[in-house]
Amino acid sequence: MLASVGQFLLILSLVTATVLTILPITGYFKNHEALMRTGRPLAYLLFVLTLATFLILVFLFVMQDFSVTYVWQHSSLTLPLRYRITATWGAHEGSVLMWVTVQALWIAAVARYSKSLSLSQISRVLSVLGIIATGFLAFVLFASNPFEITNPAPMDGRDLNPLLQDFGMIIHPPLLYFGYVGLSVAFALSVAALIGGQIDEKWIRWSRRWTNLAWAFLTIGIILGSWWAYYELGWGGWWFWDPVENASFLPWLAGTALIHVQAVSERKNAFRGWTVLLAIIAFSLCVLGTFLVRSGSITSVHSFAADPFRGIFILVLLGLYAGGALTLYALRVNQLKSTDAINLNSKETLLLANSLIFITATFTILIGTLFPMIFEALGKKISVGAPYFGLMFFLIMIPMAVLLPLGVQLKWHKDSMMPAIKALIPHFGIAAVLTIGAYFLFDGLNLRATAGVFGGFWIASTTVAQLIQFPGKMNASFVGMSVAHLGVAVFLFSMSMTEHKDVEKDILMKPGQTSQVAGYDFNFKGVSVVEIENYRAQQGTILVSKNGAKVVELHPQKRFYPKQQQPMTEADIYPGLTKDIYVSLGEQINEQGDWAVRIYIKPFIRWMWFGGLMMLAGAVIALFSQRSKRLEQRQVDEVMKNRLELS
Amino acid sequence: MKKLLIAIIPLGVFIGLIVLLAINMSTHTEELPSPLIGKPVPAFEHPTLYSNKNLSQDDFKGQPWLLNVFGSWCPSCQVEHPLVTQLALTTDVKVVGLNWKDEPENATQWLQRWGNPYDEILVDYEGDTAINLGVYGAPETFLIDAKGTIVHKITGVLTPEIIEQELLPLIEKIVP
Amino acid sequence: MTPTRKKRLILVMMVAVGVAIATAIFLTAVRENINYFKTPTEVATGQYNSNSTIRLGGMVKDGSVQRVTDSLKVRFAVTDFEQDVLVEYEGILPDLFREGQGVVTIGKMGQEDVFIAEEVLAKHDENYMPPEAADALHQAKNKGDFE
Repeated sequence: MLASVGQFLLILSLVTATVLTILPITGYFKNHEALMRTGRPLAYLLFVLTLATFLILVFLFVMQDFSVTYVWQHSSLTLPLRYRITATWGAHEGSVLMWVTVQALWIAAVARYSKSLSLSQISRVLSVLGIIATGFLAFVLFASNPFEITNPAPMDGRDLNPLLQDFGMIIHPPLLYFGYVGLSVAFALSVAALIGGQIDEKWIRWSRRWTNLAWAFLTIGIILGSWWAYYELGWGGWWFWDPVENASFLPWLAGTALIHVQAVSERKNAFRGWTVLLAIIAFSLCVLGTFLVRSGSITSVHSFAADPFRGIFILVLLGLYAGGALTLYALRVNQLKSTDAINLNSKETLLLANSLIFITATFTILIGTLFPMIFEALGKKISVGAPYFGLMFFLIMIPMAVLLPLGVQLKWHKDSMMPAIKALIPHFGIAAVLTIGAYFLFDGLNLRATAGVFGGFWIASTTVAQLIQFPGKMNASFVGMSVAHLGVAVFLFSMSMTEHKDVEKDILMKPGQTSQVAGYDFNFKGVSVVEIENYRAQQGTILVSKNGAKVVELHPQKRFYPKQQQPMTEADIYPGLTKDIYVSLGEQINEQGDWAVRIYIKPFIRWMWFGGLMMLAGAVIALFSQRSKRLEQRQVDEVMKNRLELS
Repeated sequence: MKKLLIAIIPLGVFIGLIVLLAINMSTHTEELPSPLIGKPVPAFEHPTLYSNKNLSQDDFKGQPWLLNVFGSWCPSCQVEHPLVTQLALTTDVKVVGLNWKDEPENATQWLQRWGNPYDEILVDYEGDTAINLGVYGAPETFLIDAKGTIVHKITGVLTPEIIEQELLPLIEKIVP
Repeated sequence: MTPTRKKRLILVMMVAVGVAIATAIFLTAVRENINYFKTPTEVATGQYNSNSTIRLGGMVKDGSVQRVTDSLKVRFAVTDFEQDVLVEYEGILPDLFREGQGVVTIGKMGQEDVFIAEEVLAKHDENYMPPEAADALHQAKNKGDFE
């Protein structure tokens, strides 16, 4: 009954989105003000409808209504309430519905916080966002309807996949969706600008904040995903270059390029076409990622169940959105002429270089991800190993790390290289000394780790100095940028340490046995059985000590979920400031109670996520930058420019 | 020229990408056609659950039948179970279960809980017949005619659409 | 040649060299990290490059899993019901590794026709088989007549 209401609201949402697609833009073309004005109320209505639809699905889960196929498939009577709520977006149908709801929320937010845009602009933006919402709503309704009914209703559900019964999984997908969908705002703005054939600074400045926000969400979503994989998959890895991970990383890379180019194009009439193109690429990669994850084209540990119809549906959406936008781009890009000349020795050049580096990285990873498909089309099955991604990404990030401080150091418009480089040379020395120190402190580092650690110190040292020496009053966007760059430094350092100085051991342990790993003693006390909520677990006890002093007692579990008949490894981790001690159970080897035990020492792994959080914090701080101050800045820029022309 | 390139290249790359993805969608299949179709059912002899008999392929000749591979350890088998039940009730084919690599007590429990639609249940404890039938995973369903020839195979969970569009027309053909 | 043209020429050449180096690195990285997928039949009949890492997929043969006492070393046969390949692996097997189930092993062919796996992947839930494993079985079946 309630499910039919949900279904009905879903249809209403689709109708509303369609109307939103048509009315405002028609108003724009006909220059009909009343029609253009319909955009905002329709946006609010769309949000209310989709939110209600989503809440109904949540409610069906809470009420355990197994007559709804989706609920029956992903919940059960024994599933705790918190996981019943989160099961709503645990599988394909519900997660797409959540995506659409988040999309509607962004559209409503755009409608609300767009006072600085003219009516003709906002009507175009809302209509473009309307098309996107329409496509995904149609996808929910026709290809992945969560409100389908099973008749007769089963007595009990099939339970939620144990991997998803976890805090990280509860918040990781929504945050990623916020990021993906957020990039649609920059996309919509670009398309709207192409439709109108012009774009100005004010408009880019407006869109930059949305891009920043979306980028912040993407960052936190990716960090949480990495953290989740680390503690939940039981393999101790934090990044696998798995196609699905790549699918979320690609928009992030393109988004990073985009926010850096926007820094230029919001100030002066330059790189207009490039800004527009990057915005299109970033959002298209989100849709492409959705395709890869949900079509079953790519083999991955966390893809959703394969369904060719869904695959084709998303492919059509991708063709429509990205294809349409790029066609429009091809037709109109030469109208978005950049009039301001760019001096080679300026911040602008370096920001352009940054975007080129990040786009190169995007394409390198995209190619690696798609390579198996190209080969499959030729009748061969291959996979591209993680070392490819690791190596290529490392190489591409070298120029990024080297040039980053220079880009911050150089002034806008016109500067000279030599003084800027000279100012940075002492930091080169500092970084070198610190790296040598680290080299001896950590008993030697390999080439890649040394490069990474050096890069971290180099960026940190210069960023701190630039922050201290900043002339005049500090503004939020500069502080935000510096915090984000410090995050890059922290990340580079800790990632190098985690990747190259970790210790991994699989050991056969007899009860009572003590094994030494990296200076720690691991005393295995055996395994006992415990029953918790909806699973049963074999729980090991391992006493970790160093030089006879107890450090911690760890309890890794081998869980068994009877409903799903599925075993799961739950690692136990002792998090530390400089290292994590990570223990997980393999399998029981024999009747005497010997177990295969996996022991990891992961140095500085928490710092890596902390670095990511700093990037996120930087993006959020930059949101508070005062627009009036920016306008001031622009006036100053203008004066500077006039002076240049005079000289 | 340069302007034209800047305008066209992104679109070109994108079209290439879409073509690749489309090709992949059409060639990448996880569907597995069975080489057994049109061939006789491989020979078997299994004890049955409940009825305490030993049945071979010849015991089923003379009437079309449906062989449904299931196990109590297989969650998807629960999913299709109502449909198997419905098929057993509404059509004239004999529905036979192949209990694959399962402990008999688990299987009985499972059947008690979800109901037993099968005419007979063959116990394939070792999984031999499943291997001869080329079973990839439970559930799988084979439609076999009165002469003992495999007419059709469905890999994975039965759905109302599959029954409607694939099974029922074939059943109509082979039921005398 | 005017100075500007000379400057431009140098720039173009530098870009060309850069692109060439980048392409070379890219191709090497790809070549070294492509893992071909092979079926047990292909491996058993010697259709593989013994120096490169390959992915071997199929079913874990029933009753073939043997553990070397007091170590984490395991041996098992991977089969496509045509041919078997003996696999040796030292370490922790995935949760869903079972006899009679699909598996993908990544490694190199070692001495005496034993495949030395560095990594073993099993299917992720009861109804999913690694597509590669399914493919191996599929190919073997299409070739052989079924008795």
